[in-house]
Amino acid sequence: MTENKNPYLPDLATVIKVIDETPNIKSYQVILNDPEKMKTFFYEPGQVGQLSVFGVGESTFVINSPPTRMDYLQFSVMRVGEVTSVIHELHEGDQIGVRAPLGNWFPYEEMKGKKILFIGGGIGLAPLRTLILFMLDNRADYGDITILYGSRTPPDLCYKDDLKEWESRSDVSLILTVDTEYPGWDKRTGFVPTVLNEIAPSPEDTIAITCGPPIMIKFVLQNLAKLNFKDENIITTLEARMKCGIGICGRCNIGSKYICKDGPVFSLAQLKEYRAEI
Amino acid sequence: MADTGFVQKEKLEEFLRELSKDAVVYAPCLEGDTVIFKTFDPGTTLCLDRPANNPPKLAVFPQSETLFSFKYKKDAEDPRKMSVELEANTDFPRAIIFGARPCDAKGFRIYDRVYMDTNTPDPYYQGRREKTMIATLCCSAPSPGCFCVAVGGGPAHREGSDVLITQFEKGYFIEPVTEKGKTILNAPQIEDGAQYAEEAHKRQLESHDLVRNPFAEDGLPKISRSLFDLDEFWEHVVSKCLSCGACTYLCPTCYCFNITDEQSLDIGERIRSWDGCMFPHFTLEGSGHNPRPTKFKRFKNRVGHKFLYYPEKYNGVIACCGCGRCIRHCPVSVDISEIVSYLRGSRFEFTNEPPESIGTDTNS
Repeated sequence: MTENKNPYLPDLATVIKVIDETPNIKSYQVILNDPEKMKTFFYEPGQVGQLSVFGVGESTFVINSPPTRMDYLQFSVMRVGEVTSVIHELHEGDQIGVRAPLGNWFPYEEMKGKKILFIGGGIGLAPLRTLILFMLDNRADYGDITILYGSRTPPDLCYKDDLKEWESRSDVSLILTVDTEYPGWDKRTGFVPTVLNEIAPSPEDTIAITCGPPIMIKFVLQNLAKLNFKDENIITTLEARMKCGIGICGRCNIGSKYICKDGPVFSLAQLKEYRAEI
Repeated sequence: MADTGFVQKEKLEEFLRELSKDAVVYAPCLEGDTVIFKTFDPGTTLCLDRPANNPPKLAVFPQSETLFSFKYKKDAEDPRKMSVELEANTDFPRAIIFGARPCDAKGFRIYDRVYMDTNTPDPYYQGRREKTMIATLCCSAPSPGCFCVAVGGGPAHREGSDVLITQFEKGYFIEPVTEKGKTILNAPQIEDGAQYAEEAHKRQLESHDLVRNPFAEDGLPKISRSLFDLDEFWEHVVSKCLSCGACTYLCPTCYCFNITDEQSLDIGERIRSWDGCMFPHFTLEGSGHNPRPTKFKRFKNRVGHKFLYYPEKYNGVIACCGCGRCIRHCPVSVDISEIVSYLRGSRFEFTNEPPESIGTDTNS
């Protein structure tokens, strides 16, 4: 965020496209109304933004389109509360507020030359998507890319077009799972942490990046440890109720760190150092 | 101009009225039996005998304030389309906080590091803070619960003050601490204070020994991390807490807030209001997940913030000024100084068997 700018004042933006991802998740492609700001807008994969509906409030979402594709900013919104319910009523052309970019980002430079294992659950694929697309746009910089992604049922899988593309690529290994059997589903069933154990990826020279519901993250971290992944090679992004987005309002702290400012991206080694309870 | 000033007791109100001419003056005023920091107007009754029940933080960080206003406008050609205009005001009038206590003034320094000394300064806090002069009254007698000396302060501590005032039987000795504070000597009610200076400094030194130090040690308290991380400890010591949040609202160093929108027809405001980490909904996420779901976790976070996390970020500075308001005004007498004493490991004999009267914690 630029110095001396009022950090609470959103930039006005226009919704240019709404995509129905799942029965309760929609993606919004937005552009800032000020063309100069849109042209110079800079962010890193994994950074978040606050979306505003004026009169209702703000909520935090990851910018899940990568900076390598800067025609618009994409946010995916699961309908869970007051603000997200109103966002779900928005249409193309509607005005919203954007405060972005906020927070830190994936250490993609340090991941160069390594094998990458993405482990996502439900809407947790949103931040991973940013990095996946970023890595695919810089494919030569990274080794094998494996994506393990699960949701409750097949209709709950996000980014179905992306999944199709990743499935068809020879340089990406995509493993999909849903919690239980479902009519017409011929791929894996079982919870993400369980499937992770089944596929048992090697920790050798591999960075694991995970995001999903808190309970999934908890067991994925345990299982990665069992697979001998080192804490510093396990990356996760955390969520929290956020208001200010600049590390002041006091909601999203883990010890002396704030998820909105020092996060949302942390390594397991950092989380242990901060004594995070996950 | 003299270096120091003196205001006769009977001229104090006239002096404050003079200051009110070109600044909003906040002062401790009597309301029934309660001393409340508020804007000083003719007709209000000053009370400088004891610290105000509320801290003066509201002068710089109001309980509720507008961050910006918004206005929806219909597109003249296509009434289904709306545009939005935003307007923010960060220009605030000059203000004087008169009769703060040294703990209150130190509280503003604890805010400053978070709200101003950062690459994303808060324009509302900064806008008010830079235009506010803090005139602090040295404490001559501590109130129950006070423990400023145990957290690096003292009844005549100067940190955060622009002016230091020492009370005499006949009136008030006024000593500027900063350049900003010097302007206070321009008021016509001010006499030269030179003859009172020596006695004032003697009184200031003596007052230090009047305040209790519950940690009974020199320097800042050091918390036992192993005790701090013990869930049973917190369940035990905070079982009587009601989660009412009074401690946070009355704290000169608590700065948590909420942001909400208010709208009527096509206009509205985004508003910031005080909030507190002791409330169960403070960290409740839209999904229903709550990372601090129990009372003891919230309390642990509050004490941790003041005595571990803030010091970790800001060179060991403790985010507690020892004003004692949270102790004096807690409806069930939870005492943070006692808890920190326990956390030093010296007074807490933990048996791992909490009394039977302490049930399992609830979400409330």
